[in-house]
Amino acid sequence: MKIGVPKEVHDGEKRVATTPDVTKHLIKLGFEVAVESGAGAGSNFSDSSYTEAGATIKEGAKIIWEESDIILKVRAPEFNSKLNTEEIDLLHEKQVIITFLWPAQNPELLKSLADKKVTALAMDSVPRISRAQKMDALSSMANIAGYRAVVEAAQHFGRFFTGQITAAGKIPPAKVMVIGAGVAGLSAIGAAKSMGAIVRAFDTRPEVKEQVESMNAEFLELDFKEEGSGTGGYAKVMSKEFIEAEMSLFAEQAKEVDIIITTALIPGKPAPELIKEEMVVSMKDGSVIVDLAAEQGGNCKLSEAGIVKKVHGVSIIGYTDLPSRLATQSSQLYGTNLRHLLTDMCKEKDGNIVVDMEDEVVRGATVVKDGEVTWPPPAPKLSVAPPSKAEEKSTDTTPNQVVVEKPSWLGPLVTFLVGGLGLLGLGAVAPASFMAHFTVFVLACFVGYMVIWNVKAALHTPLMSVTNAISSIIVIGAILQISSGENMITWIAGFATTITAINIVGGFAVTRRMLEMFRR
Amino acid sequence: MSEGIVTASYVGATILFILALGGLSNQETSRRGNIFGMTGMAIALIVTIATVTSNIEILIGGLLIGGSIGLILAKRVKMTEMPELVAILHSLVGLAAVLVGYANFMDPTRLEHYAGVELTIHDIETYLGILIGAITFSGSLIAFGKLSGKIGGNPMLLPARHWLNLGLLLASVYLCSMFIDQSAAGSGLNPLLIMTGIALLFGIHMVVAIGGADMPVVVSMLNSYSGWAASATGFMLSNDLLIVTGALVGSSGAILSYIMCRAMNRKFIAVIAGGFGTTSGGSSPSADVDQGEVIALEAPDVASLLTEAKEVMIIPGYGMAVAQAQHIVCEITKTLQSKKINVRFGIHPVAGRMPGHMNVLLAEARVPYDIVYEMDEINDDFPNIDVSIVIGANDIVNPSAQTDPNSPIAGMPVLECWKGKITIVLKRGMATGYAGVQNPLFFEENTRMLFGDAKASLDKVSKSL
Repeated sequence: MKIGVPKEVHDGEKRVATTPDVTKHLIKLGFEVAVESGAGAGSNFSDSSYTEAGATIKEGAKIIWEESDIILKVRAPEFNSKLNTEEIDLLHEKQVIITFLWPAQNPELLKSLADKKVTALAMDSVPRISRAQKMDALSSMANIAGYRAVVEAAQHFGRFFTGQITAAGKIPPAKVMVIGAGVAGLSAIGAAKSMGAIVRAFDTRPEVKEQVESMNAEFLELDFKEEGSGTGGYAKVMSKEFIEAEMSLFAEQAKEVDIIITTALIPGKPAPELIKEEMVVSMKDGSVIVDLAAEQGGNCKLSEAGIVKKVHGVSIIGYTDLPSRLATQSSQLYGTNLRHLLTDMCKEKDGNIVVDMEDEVVRGATVVKDGEVTWPPPAPKLSVAPPSKAEEKSTDTTPNQVVVEKPSWLGPLVTFLVGGLGLLGLGAVAPASFMAHFTVFVLACFVGYMVIWNVKAALHTPLMSVTNAISSIIVIGAILQISSGENMITWIAGFATTITAINIVGGFAVTRRMLEMFRR
Repeated sequence: MSEGIVTASYVGATILFILALGGLSNQETSRRGNIFGMTGMAIALIVTIATVTSNIEILIGGLLIGGSIGLILAKRVKMTEMPELVAILHSLVGLAAVLVGYANFMDPTRLEHYAGVELTIHDIETYLGILIGAITFSGSLIAFGKLSGKIGGNPMLLPARHWLNLGLLLASVYLCSMFIDQSAAGSGLNPLLIMTGIALLFGIHMVVAIGGADMPVVVSMLNSYSGWAASATGFMLSNDLLIVTGALVGSSGAILSYIMCRAMNRKFIAVIAGGFGTTSGGSSPSADVDQGEVIALEAPDVASLLTEAKEVMIIPGYGMAVAQAQHIVCEITKTLQSKKINVRFGIHPVAGRMPGHMNVLLAEARVPYDIVYEMDEINDDFPNIDVSIVIGANDIVNPSAQTDPNSPIAGMPVLECWKGKITIVLKRGMATGYAGVQNPLFFEENTRMLFGDAKASLDKVSKSL
């Protein structure tokens, strides 16, 4: 099948749906790849690098849309001002288009796609299950957005992120608060941390605490219990009391921190307002707020989508195209996500895709199939491990462990009693000479016990070979018998001597060989 | 030579043997320890040979022939074949114990030395020496066959095997009393021969029923038996040197078996009774669940992951021994170290087919021993590890030992490599380990698979570094 990659037409969009590297993989899968001339320019991929990877370069978008069986795009279809036509109108029957579509926000778009009798897969609708992580373009983009948010903040912040003590005086480290520790939030935490800032993070979902702390950031907690985890690993709307407690925490933090990065989003709802105007007023002059939710209304009321504003001395960054501002990286990750999806749909590796509605991932992503709207998909079978269940489990196991660990004093008592009686019984019948040997034997067992526990695990093999060699001390028995008068006994003893000699020399020699090898 | 000097020399030899074992408590003193051991053995041999009055030429001949064979064996054996060598050497100790026991029994002066209770005790000692020796002999031979692949590694289970074992035990007890009765009358060879046959069968049956993953326990258990055989012979000959040495070796083997069992969270009796993985129905319910997909990588990707890491942990298993990959592992280690990457090794106690097997292989490849760690030493460090490489290991890195109470390996301590950032698993295919349990580690989101022969794959990785 032919894959076509047109140049993105959205104003300022620099990303492209495939890279030369991804092209190579797609060709390996048996696809033909055609790329519109200049499609990769914004992401620094030249036409010639695509040609080298095996793609054909076509002039103009029209021919791409016309000739391809599969269209890969980044942004949903929109008006192409160069061709003076809607991209949707360029589609024809039986084509497959894979791109970000935002089906929940764009019901008309779905309808017009269906009218065109095409199949459309929305990369934003890939279900959030473990198997589909490699195709999760939302996470890829969120990761980049989080990183870029820190870079943008640094751009507008007048100081270092890291603290330093210089000859000219002490520089305090910047304090960064990240609200929402999802993919973007964690990525922002990592970036800010690696620049040397003090990072704090807040999230309504308690299970992310560990993730935040694993990145050496501080997790801000409320004295308030409420589970904030919704389905699919996203957050849900919280109760009024919770929000009040949250607000007072933010108000307190706002006075202290230099940079706030907000990433709080609830699927299908306008972004919650977390940073009120009075908090912005209370922030120090020169502080920065990066609002990653600006497109959905903003976590801060003062932010404006797409631009940077200075309000009350605070720079409020409302860029909505952060991934596009890191176009090379975004294209690479997005292209790889697309490749994984195509690999999944092309099980035979023959360059043909099958839209298999039984496959949970493909089913989730497919929003229009052969002219029929198939969105929303049935609820996914599993989400991120339900935390309540884990709790149940842990309460289950604790009492069991207690029972097992309780030592019984009866066991050792019985052992000692039986052992003691056995010894006494033996002493009553056995002659003195035997008891003398027996004493030696028991003591030797204890010496062995003490000595062997000190042997390093690394030296267990040499231990076995050396004990092997010394257990051949049995040769003494054979030697003592060899001078007995009987021919038969002599020969048996001679044979026993020979085989134990193998053991003695072999055992010691191989031990030596091994120990020589242990070098620092 | 006077009795006193002989005894004094034996005491010296005993002390030297204890020092030899004590020396193994760390690598620096271990070589000196081995020299102590050799000295002790030499003293004991020279003193004993000095008491020999006739047939000295047979004795010296035997020692020379045996010694040369042993030397050649020790020089030629490959380090991956150590378990086989140890097993075959055990069988020789067992055989020697049997032979010495018979020779002692056939000694016509026996009835002159002992009478009454003493004779009974002496007979029991002889009987036990031969019994343990015969079990060690046949058991070790089968273990050798299994380890060298001459006999299939799967447990072979006879029906009603526990009853069979019990029957054999009762038969030996009965034969023992028969032997004691007849021996006082000057005969008794027949019960002794029958018992030897039974003991040989018992040894075979015992080891045949034990699966490949339990081999470390078997090898150390046979090690223990060879010691007890020597000890029993010592009682028979009233020789304290033999008793002490045998007891040292016996307890050493017993402790090793115990350590191995603990490392697998298995009861010693359960291992001996055999049939690992069959009682639990073969698979846990989770094995049937769709575990998701594995993410496969190519060698160059692995190389780039490694070069970007700061902390690397290598977890070798039996697969590394099979593929003879230890040298290339060492080479990769050196390359990474030269790039200022901290490389360490994490060794599970039952990795390989013998206690300490992996350590010996790594030492052979000249991996410095101070970067090789035991499981308990490094298990807490995994969250700081950037890349863990699992080479030919499976059950010892199986998270279901901790998470799935129905798993046949539930509760077994495992190396928690999944807590690191990325785990790379080298494997030939998706087959399960010896326990027959599917490994959820392979399906973890931070696990990458590198399929193929461990040595070939690592060669490619090394080239890409």
